[in-house]
Amino acid sequence: MDLNRTSLTALAQGLRSREFSSVELTRTYLERMAAHSSLGCFITVDPERSLLQAKAADARLARGESTPLMGIPVAHKDIFCASGWLTTCGSRMLSNFVAPYDAHVIQRFNEAGAVILGKTNMDEFAMGSSNETSFYGPVRNPWSTDRVPGGSSGGSAAAVAARLAPLATASDTGGSIRQPAALCGITGLKPTYGRVSRYGMIAYASSLDQGGVMAPSAADIALGLTVMAGFDARDATSVACPEEDFTAQLARPLEGLRIGLPRQYFGEGTSVAVTKRIEEALEVYESLGARRVVVDLPHSDLSVPVYYVLAPAEASSNLSRYDGVRYGWRASQYGDLGEMIARSRAEGFGAEVKRRILTGTYVLSKGYYDAYYLQAQRVRRLIQQDFLAAFEQCDVLMGPTTPTTAFAFGAKGGDPVEMYLSDIFTIGVNLAGLPGMSIPVGFDEVGLPVGLQIIGPHLSETRLLGVAHRYQQATDWHERVPALVQGGERG
Amino acid sequence: MKWELVIGLETHVQLATRSKMFSGSSTAFGADPNVHADAVDLALPGVLPVPNRQAVAFAIRFGLAVGANISRRSWFARKNYFYPDLPKGYQISQFENPVVQGGEIVFQAEGKACRVPLTRAHLEEDAGKSLHEAFHGRSGIDLNRAGTPLLEIVTEPTLRSVAEAVAYARTLHQLVTWIGICDGNMQEGSFRCDANVSVRPMGQVEFGTRCEIKNLNSFRFMERAIQYEFERQVEWIENGGTVVQETRLYDPDRDETRAMRSKENAQDYRYFPDPDQLPLCIDEAWIAAERQHLPELPAEMAQRLRDQMGLSAYDAGLLTVSRGWANYFLELVTGTGMDPKLAVNWMTGELAAMLKRADREISHCPLQPAQMLGLLRRIQDGTLSGKMAKEVFEILWEEGGEADQIITARGFMQVSDLSVLESLIDELMAAHPDQVAEFRSGKEKVFGFFVGRAMKASGGRANPAQLNTLLRDRLKGNH
Repeated sequence: MDLNRTSLTALAQGLRSREFSSVELTRTYLERMAAHSSLGCFITVDPERSLLQAKAADARLARGESTPLMGIPVAHKDIFCASGWLTTCGSRMLSNFVAPYDAHVIQRFNEAGAVILGKTNMDEFAMGSSNETSFYGPVRNPWSTDRVPGGSSGGSAAAVAARLAPLATASDTGGSIRQPAALCGITGLKPTYGRVSRYGMIAYASSLDQGGVMAPSAADIALGLTVMAGFDARDATSVACPEEDFTAQLARPLEGLRIGLPRQYFGEGTSVAVTKRIEEALEVYESLGARRVVVDLPHSDLSVPVYYVLAPAEASSNLSRYDGVRYGWRASQYGDLGEMIARSRAEGFGAEVKRRILTGTYVLSKGYYDAYYLQAQRVRRLIQQDFLAAFEQCDVLMGPTTPTTAFAFGAKGGDPVEMYLSDIFTIGVNLAGLPGMSIPVGFDEVGLPVGLQIIGPHLSETRLLGVAHRYQQATDWHERVPALVQGGERG
Repeated sequence: MKWELVIGLETHVQLATRSKMFSGSSTAFGADPNVHADAVDLALPGVLPVPNRQAVAFAIRFGLAVGANISRRSWFARKNYFYPDLPKGYQISQFENPVVQGGEIVFQAEGKACRVPLTRAHLEEDAGKSLHEAFHGRSGIDLNRAGTPLLEIVTEPTLRSVAEAVAYARTLHQLVTWIGICDGNMQEGSFRCDANVSVRPMGQVEFGTRCEIKNLNSFRFMERAIQYEFERQVEWIENGGTVVQETRLYDPDRDETRAMRSKENAQDYRYFPDPDQLPLCIDEAWIAAERQHLPELPAEMAQRLRDQMGLSAYDAGLLTVSRGWANYFLELVTGTGMDPKLAVNWMTGELAAMLKRADREISHCPLQPAQMLGLLRRIQDGTLSGKMAKEVFEILWEEGGEADQIITARGFMQVSDLSVLESLIDELMAAHPDQVAEFRSGKEKVFGFFVGRAMKASGGRANPAQLNTLLRDRLKGNH
């Protein structure tokens, strides 16, 4: 079995036909994870627990139960609470927190018979674009281990890229699925806000957070999304739409597809290699029957500043529950109650989290609220309207996921704003609540992957997955694996 | 100088829902600590609030009952502050655009009708409780109460006396229990008030600086706390001081208010719309449905009792003090032919006194309306004298049973037999010739002496009306 090139559908077929068992498959992945532990993809691995689940899946398979993901091992971002698993969210604050309940996403995968492979590394509380803010150390980009994998879902992206997991869950608040997917050369989907329940997904910025999924291909992602998506009464922002099989329309032809190219996504600041690969991808799409339309997103340059007002504002409040009183990190030395809370937070949170809590507290303060928070909400509305107007002229939007390919560790450590700008193309999608994908479309001159972002109207995941799938039928970029993986051919 | 007292009240009404405002935990009172606290109440990482539809329905009902505007679109907001019994580090409340806006409460105080305009009523969740006793050098946290739904009802500062404030609070208490959105239990904290109190020279238009007295959980404490605060502020100003805006606590043991925190230390709560929730949308159909759930309001019913049964305003007011009283009364008089006035007198007299002595609500009255009716019927038809009826009432209260059966078994029959009364009077007159002579010489006072003796001789069972007539006839020498 060549796990490097085996699709999820093929794995599921192998399980159903008893070519191999879930225990064997899980063990194989656990071995690969151990062999590549230096990549830092996982915060928690618990082979015994995983194999127990695999065994249960084998029993269900033997009884003839054959849901598409039965027995398939899946890596979960450590932002999802999984009952009995250490759930850290990349922070020292939760370094002792064993979740007593399952997130909706975990529950769905468990019910589908999937096996939890482990909990993947991430930027602390999903705040970061390089996975450098994790308390549990950096994740290395499998294509070049001196480069970052992107963030905040860096562990999930690198694990999929190195084929340490066939599928990984992730979350995206400002690009945390699409950006690392692009930098790691894999496919990633951030669904429409409300499509996947946030229940049990540790909150960073509630109005922007959305759970999603990463895999080598769009077809695999369609399988994963079918499991994850659906209404959940425990999330008041969950969208009440009927359950869908996202694999059903993957093969739909692209004849007549109107691809909108936002003027603002093609300009200075994007590297030559990225620009070239995107152009080549668009040519592939034209050969598949699509045509280009240039569109305008006039407020897109405001998306980064708006995001860095709204997301920290929500985060400053969301992270108030970490006070050392009921669970999580508690300082060992303190005088009174106020000091206990202050010290626990001072010790438990890292620098980037503190920066955003302070920023958020500031923008919500009396006297500043109108000028920052309210103003940002108004501009957010304009950004949403830009997208809706653009979708009157096209079916999907395309552009680079990131301005550059993966950067070196510490390259953007000095100036947080420079780091924030690496999400310039992805943040608008979150502000507008839209679904977005990143798919691999080739490599730069040093062999680092380039990602194409595809954005669709609300609840258009079926269309997006089809658009990505047709491209992947015509190309093989998504099948390339890094050299450090046995059998890999590029590096 | 003459000083005017200015009061505005904020009342926290605990809504009588089975589950909490944003979680599925029970709101039951009195369980062991943290029994009614689930993952959402504990604010575990990843949990989310889902608003309780019943709590919103209760807020709508309240709004309709006070003639307020129901916001078709309102928002939940976060009020951010750190406190160990506030698990999320913020309280979910409403800030801008609360669910209920405007409306008024109409009530009687010191014999005159008053109207207090309401500013707003908003939904929010309660905090937990810190337990400082029982743990040496440590504090315990009980989150059973955390997340309990509250409706905070805020008045405009138009109350002008302690009596008005207390009467308003009593009327509000009557209303929220009447429409069934609150159990009204003040000891358990289901109804508690914060009073904003300021003073100003009589005739001055501008308000003085106010102090907020927190957590007044009885009408008596409210009365005393506001009175104390009024006197404190006046004395302070007259001695050259300036009132500082601050939060104060009333200490019932020492009957005084004490400063808790001043405005300078006031926290910036950094309110902002809760991003975990969508706007709270209420459509016409929902409002119409809640209107159907609204019973006849106490003021309306009181007016009806006056119009239809000829009751006095005072009696009608007493009977509509709660749904329990009103229902009890209506059971006595509806379709029974019972004289409403007799029923009122007994309910507000004997029954009220007995309930008070037993410290019971009428909803837990051991005497069912049917039993009470049985007793009243025997009073109405003259079988029982007032005095005997009281004895039968006490037996009914203590032992239960039916009035008729008690009357028969224990001989509680009024003596209305003329021949029995006549011979009794004759014996008395024979035994007291001097007094008979006195009466006949015009000393009317002696009549009472004979009534007393006759009653005593009959064992209290003589029909008083008959006895009076008969006695007067005999004493005057008419045969």
